[in-house]
Amino acid sequence: MREAAPAIDAVDRRIIDALQGGFPICERPYAAAAEALGIAEDELLARLQSMLERKVLTRFGPMFQIERMGGAFVLAALAVPEADWARVNDAVNALPEVAHNYRRESDLNTPLNMWFVLATETKEGIAAAIDEIEAATGLPVYAFPKLKEFFVEMKLAVRSAA
Amino acid sequence: MSADDASEQLDRRLIVATQAGLPLVPRPYHALAEQLGVSAGEVMARLNAMLERGTIRRIGAVPNHYAIGYTANGMSVWDVPDERVEELGARIGALDFVTHAYHRPRALPLWPYNLFAMVHGSSREEVLTKVAQIRELLGADCRASDVLFSTQILKKTGLRIAG
Repeated sequence: MREAAPAIDAVDRRIIDALQGGFPICERPYAAAAEALGIAEDELLARLQSMLERKVLTRFGPMFQIERMGGAFVLAALAVPEADWARVNDAVNALPEVAHNYRRESDLNTPLNMWFVLATETKEGIAAAIDEIEAATGLPVYAFPKLKEFFVEMKLAVRSAA
Repeated sequence: MSADDASEQLDRRLIVATQAGLPLVPRPYHALAEQLGVSAGEVMARLNAMLERGTIRRIGAVPNHYAIGYTANGMSVWDVPDERVEELGARIGALDFVTHAYHRPRALPLWPYNLFAMVHGSSREEVLTKVAQIRELLGADCRASDVLFSTQILKKTGLRIAG
């Protein structure tokens, strides 16, 4: 991708590797996590803050599976003509239901080049969001709801040189 | 209001309060409790209950893949026979370089693919090498495939429900 990677040091790297899940639920969770990492509580807090500010982390906190609360996540795509890219991108990103949006390009040149995830509090909210996007962009939305999830686990170890 | 309804309401308020992130203060669950007007014990009990039920997948850091060295991110997509997709999906999902694998509907004629597997790597070449391993595993069950590389993050806010 096109952005420059922010620098991280060896301690940041250990924090990311250790804390992709399993953050404790207790009175002083940062102190408990810091102890396991061999650093001080205030250092862990300061480093998390800094990594969020530098966008090394996109979030720190609970990751919700909204399906368990009656909501839905659906992957969807648009075939956006190049000349219309900026307008369509603004229209799609303006919807709060759009949780992520990526530009993707394939070797086989599939016309589906904008891929986004809709996250809504109710299953019915997905159809409403799709209607809104179709009305705002004038393009048909291709929805790819998951029929089955095989295995999902965050398992990427940090690779950047420390 | 029943105890279940009260729990559900508190869960919803906890989601709204933490969807942008957990407070970065020494006692974050106490801070949430104060914000929501409940006890810290209730906050921790509801978070534990949501973790057990799977409403919370995990609590922790969400790294920007690019920042931690995974500069190439390929969505590999495969057309496999529907009657084989369960077995093949389970085998592909278990590969250590596949972070997400899903059976999804086709959108014919534009989109013949019914199996999606996300592959992350430090370069396109590395991702393509891994994709070749998936192709090998699928063998004759692979009727068509493509890899869509992300070339730009357009938005990444995560779930946002109204407060």
